Amino acid sequence: MARITMIEAIRDAIDLMMARDDKVVVFGEDVGYFGGVFRCTDGLQRKYGRTRCFDTPISETGIVGVAIGMGAYGLRPVCEIQFADYVYPAYDQIVSEAARLRYRSAGEFTSPLTIRMPCGGGIFGGQTHSQSPEACFTHVSGLKTVIPSNPYDAKGLLISAIEDDDPVIFLEPKRLYNGPFSGHHDQPVVPWSRHPLSEVPDEYYAIELGKAAIRREGAAVTVIAYGTMVHVAEAAAAETGIDAEIIDLRTLIPLDTDTIEQSVRKTGRCVILHEATRTSGFGAELSAQVQERCFHHLEAPILRVTGWDTPYPHAQEWDYFPGPARVGRALKAVMEA
Amino acid sequence: MAAKSAAKPKSSEAQAAVAEFTKDQDLAAYREMLYIRRFEEKAGQMYGMGLIGGFCHLYIGQEAVVVGMQMCLTPGDQVITGYRDHGHMLACGMDGKGVMAELTGRRGGFSRGKGGSMHMFSVEKQFFGGHGIVGAQVSLGTGLGFANRYKKNGNVSVAYFGDGAANQGQVYESFNMAALWKLPVVYVVENNRYAMGTAVTRSSAQTDFSKRGLSFNIPGEQVDGMDVRAVQAAGQRAVEHARSGEGPFILEMMTYRYRGHSMSDPAKYRSKDEVQKMRNEHDPIEQVRSRILAAGFATEDDLKKIDASVRDLVQEAADFAQTDPEPDVAELWTDIVK
Ligand SMILES: Cc1ncc(C[n+]2csc(CCOP(=O)(O)OP(=O)(O)O)c2C)c(N)n1
Ligand SMILES: [Mg+2]
Repeated sequence: MARITMIEAIRDAIDLMMARDDKVVVFGEDVGYFGGVFRCTDGLQRKYGRTRCFDTPISETGIVGVAIGMGAYGLRPVCEIQFADYVYPAYDQIVSEAARLRYRSAGEFTSPLTIRMPCGGGIFGGQTHSQSPEACFTHVSGLKTVIPSNPYDAKGLLISAIEDDDPVIFLEPKRLYNGPFSGHHDQPVVPWSRHPLSEVPDEYYAIELGKAAIRREGAAVTVIAYGTMVHVAEAAAAETGIDAEIIDLRTLIPLDTDTIEQSVRKTGRCVILHEATRTSGFGAELSAQVQERCFHHLEAPILRVTGWDTPYPHAQEWDYFPGPARVGRALKAVMEA
Repeated sequence: MAAKSAAKPKSSEAQAAVAEFTKDQDLAAYREMLYIRRFEEKAGQMYGMGLIGGFCHLYIGQEAVVVGMQMCLTPGDQVITGYRDHGHMLACGMDGKGVMAELTGRRGGFSRGKGGSMHMFSVEKQFFGGHGIVGAQVSLGTGLGFANRYKKNGNVSVAYFGDGAANQGQVYESFNMAALWKLPVVYVVENNRYAMGTAVTRSSAQTDFSKRGLSFNIPGEQVDGMDVRAVQAAGQRAVEHARSGEGPFILEMMTYRYRGHSMSDPAKYRSKDEVQKMRNEHDPIEQVRSRILAAGFATEDDLKKIDASVRDLVQEAADFAQTDPEPDVAELWTDIVK
């Protein structure tokens, strides 16, 4: 099996789905001729032609709106929002149209679209190139929200997202595109080729949406994470020596509450991680779910380690980013509580 | 009248229509454009050395646009633009030290390290940013025009945006409002032929951006944006139109960026020859330079002195940007809400 990067895994998934289903069309800003600013669609226009992989104007509202219309009439659009930070002009179309079409038409019409977008920090992108807006989507019923943490999952989840008949927001932690990231920004970049989850089969495989993965089994504390924070959690567990059980959610909605519940019942402790700002972040939902389901098993208050409630900074990225030191402190605190 | 694409040789009528600059104008334009160019070259170097991180979009090649437009503005007029903003700020008279220190994320940066290359502001110079979200500044600039009309202050706002940004829906919502309410706004489309790696022809049904306001009855003009005199002359007409209460005006500046879109641009979407041809045949600074020498406004030696003083200014900015302290951690939580 080939060892590939997350970018290659994403491209692989799109390529495969374009080959299997001629209703799959791929578009976005710089997506066609240029192959995407992160190269996720490189070569697809050459392979499938300009009617199936093409550039759009810089018109996010239009990109998503047009995709919804295409989807309602039988196509399977896969559109890219160049950075998640640019999705807001399209938010109206996502919330008011894509998420509601099935309900509004009592199931007659659907929005089988996948909206891919790179998210998250760690690349010194400042306030307009680093955001993690997942909670903007998880708060909207009618949407599914997916966020892979490695190449293997990226391919299998993206295939499922494209096959799904409902709108899927597919968030790609851009700091993970070329390698796993522990949050130690001062250490050399590790390539994916050294990570076992970069082994990706050439052929088709789907990872069911709504199924979390346990990245590390442990007995002391459950860590719930997704995206880049999965790798930060692994580093923090290794560095503190705390026997953490690390859950990689992979899909935020639908949420795999069974896996969470089983783990927290076992460990009795829970730390929740995300890069996004804290207040009303997805961690608040996770915390509520754990409390509702596992209250009598909890031996300590649930802790969250998140981005601060500030815009993403330019100069002070590493003061903002919830790195392994902050996660490690939370792990210790929850063990001592 | 309206000059055609800067890539094509100008027609003789177009040339005749461009009024000559006075000695002072030519020398001022030369100095300003050179300052922006050297500043950007330095920023590019410092980026390469790892002293500047993140996104950084250089203005090299497009200098005549902001310098020519700035010559048409009077104190109180506002300027707003996108993320390719260093040239606009320097042209507005913002201190290069503060701009460079924002690039390096230092305390003395115009946004105290919060904004970076794309997000800087100055009340003093009436510069309303530096905006990273493509197209957003067009609506904001329209609002500045509204405020001007409301206050009856006689000021004009200038909203700059790119050929790529021109396809955002809010641009047309803004055009409609500006025309409906006769707002004193000059929209300057900096058509440098590419939005990142996407050529205008691959993203735009109507590639003549000066016509984009026609359905709102907004007059527009295509201008040779590599010739600072043409920019200034068209700018004058547009600003007067807006200031006199006639409503908005659109100027499409035919220009070109020499460098990549940002610092990490593989530049696979255009040929080296295309870039070289623009540099050789249309460089805005070279045009002024040869005019100055031909007219005898200055000697080679005089120009060398200007070059040296510009380099000193840029070096001062670079030194400041490297020695100024980084912001205190507590700055993370300031300026969010009061
Ligand atoms: C809403 C939004 N969409 C996309 C982007 C990404 N982006 C940044 S610059 C750019 C190209 C803009 O091109 P143009 O308007 O022609 O300006 P130029 O870079 O040529 O100065 C794109 C697509 C963004 N910053 N904001
Ligand atoms: Mg452009």
